[in-house]
Amino acid sequence: MTPNSKIFRSSTFRLVAVYLVFFAVSVGAILAYVFWNTAGLIERQTDETIRAEVQGLSDQYRILGLAGVADVINRRVEEGAGTLYMMVSPAGERIAGNLDSLPTNAQGEPAWIDFPITVGKGATRHTGRAYYATLSGGFTLLVGRDVQEQRQFRDTIQRAVLWSLLLAVILGFGGGLLVSRNFLRRIDGITGASRTIMEGDLTQRMPVSGSGDELDRLATSLNEMLSQIERLMAGMKEVSSNVAHDLKTPLTRMRARVESALRADDPKEQRAALEKTIEESDHLLQTFNALLSIARAEAGNTREGLMPADAADIVRDVAELYEPIVEEAGGSLQAEVNGTLPVRADRQLLAQALSNLIDNALKYGQSLATDEAKLVVKAHAEQGKAVISVSDTGVGIPADQRSRVLERFVRLDESRSKPGNGLGLSLVSSVIKLHGGTLTLGDAGPGLVATLELPLLPEGR
Amino acid sequence: MQVPASETATQKNLRAKGQAMRILVIEDDREAASWLLKGLEESGHVADLAADGEDGLAMAREAVHDVLIVDRMLPKLDGLSIIRTLRAESVVTPVLILSALSDVDERVKGLRAGGDDYLAKPYAFSELLARVEGLARRQGDSGQDTRLKACDLEMDLLSRTVTRAGKPILLQPREFKLLEFLVRNAGHIVTRTMLLENVWDYHFDPQTNVIDVHVSRLRSKIDKGFDEPLLQTVRGAGYMVRDA
Repeated sequence: MTPNSKIFRSSTFRLVAVYLVFFAVSVGAILAYVFWNTAGLIERQTDETIRAEVQGLSDQYRILGLAGVADVINRRVEEGAGTLYMMVSPAGERIAGNLDSLPTNAQGEPAWIDFPITVGKGATRHTGRAYYATLSGGFTLLVGRDVQEQRQFRDTIQRAVLWSLLLAVILGFGGGLLVSRNFLRRIDGITGASRTIMEGDLTQRMPVSGSGDELDRLATSLNEMLSQIERLMAGMKEVSSNVAHDLKTPLTRMRARVESALRADDPKEQRAALEKTIEESDHLLQTFNALLSIARAEAGNTREGLMPADAADIVRDVAELYEPIVEEAGGSLQAEVNGTLPVRADRQLLAQALSNLIDNALKYGQSLATDEAKLVVKAHAEQGKAVISVSDTGVGIPADQRSRVLERFVRLDESRSKPGNGLGLSLVSSVIKLHGGTLTLGDAGPGLVATLELPLLPEGR
Repeated sequence: MQVPASETATQKNLRAKGQAMRILVIEDDREAASWLLKGLEESGHVADLAADGEDGLAMAREAVHDVLIVDRMLPKLDGLSIIRTLRAESVVTPVLILSALSDVDERVKGLRAGGDDYLAKPYAFSELLARVEGLARRQGDSGQDTRLKACDLEMDLLSRTVTRAGKPILLQPREFKLLEFLVRNAGHIVTRTMLLENVWDYHFDPQTNVIDVHVSRLRSKIDKGFDEPLLQTVRGAGYMVRDA
């Protein structure tokens, strides 16, 4: 396809063509009006004068007779008003007037005629326009004007009108073509960029001209979308490499253990290895399930699964579930939950998130001095939000590490000695995002306080 | 999930009580199916196998089985369609759905289609067995009882009181619910996951073994001062309340 044929096929060009037709018609109408009001007006006035003169002379003829009218004509000729007169007898003899002879085409019924006249010494031929009428007795009366200048004026105006119409059409067409080509070039830019992106270069962006027009707005929002996709892709890449690492390590351990158990001949040792293998595969499964839960929460398609629920109830239930085990571990769990907190929630996911927070607090929240974890779980309403917090009395997380621990598989060095997969807080974070809330980690002085904020449902719903 | 030390106790127990069941397994993975069949037979049950959805439906229609174990993804006809068809034809055999899809949403879909219980793959055999036996019992249990009994322990579900050997025992509401589930399944193993799902209605893995502490608290209330412990731990499988 040549670039030109592409222009003709473009929708912009079609639009331009339609506009051009409207444009030409309206310009033509304006020019026609101008023409009618200038050249046309003069011609109409001339015709009017001639017709009145013919009428006047006919009246004179009826009143004054032939001689009288000849007198009037001669007087008028002498006045030299530039009007052409001619009065001939039925035989064709000239009775009065300033023409040499009656124009040959002045025959029959009264009518308008154009005829050639010779003017002045140079014998220049001009065009005359006249009206003739037959009077009673067979006399013919002709009154006319030299319309040479008028005709020239009319022709000039006509030419000017036609030329300006032509010019307008050419300019409109050329302008349309230019606009169309410019627009097409920008569309082509976007098409080209998207093709490059489809081929895998996600760093490519749509061209933005900077004019802030519709195309720019389109390109800008496409670019925002691309950035979001790129971020997600980068996140996914990172996750899969993390998954690969965190799943391969235990798998390698398992494989090594099974291999050595196979080599060993001792059934006791083999049994121990098998038991350990099951334990490890269960742990792997937990990691895998946690990853799936995070993926599910992040996909956001369970948002429609959110139902009106009482967050206070969910918090009370989870606290009740964990209280015995915290006490068993020598700590304490104090729940400060009052009233109801209506929110839209997925009970399972929210409970899982809370259980992760409490589990973390239980694992890492022991006070250095007493080696006991004092956990406090609070839930209350504040400024249209349900605020749920879990605090412990451990060493906490340094401020500069707090955002890092929300990432998948990130475990701080201090926690590496404890069991876990580094997914707990990531899951909490994605679950809370799914609920349209926020998770913040703060200093409980001493200890860590994890605060969840969920939008409260308006009253009466 | 751990491998139970031995299945033979259960097996003998079942044979003695004449509680052997006929179970239909609809599963297309040959290895998983043969492992499942072997396990069920070792536990004293009779197991049939259907390797695709159409065969499975045809066999299930005969309604001669006590429990159906149905995989969700099957060749020819998927698991949920089988269950829907059966329920539409008023076949009420209890169904345990097996699936690699562990989402709560998937579980809800499975139960809505007419399944009675849902187990995500991979699973421990002890978990599957406990659930299958639980399903068969639920079928016979009208669920309308207001009094439950296991040995000398009695529960009144209306007044929410518990007595053992005539002595009243005070329980928290959750402990009452926990005991109720255990007593309803008296004489049979109940796994930790079953407790978490049925007593707390949680379908996720809390990672820490929160259930054990709740059970040991309950045990201290109902077994303290009695020679014969009623609430037993079955190593590697779960818990059981004695019924004799």
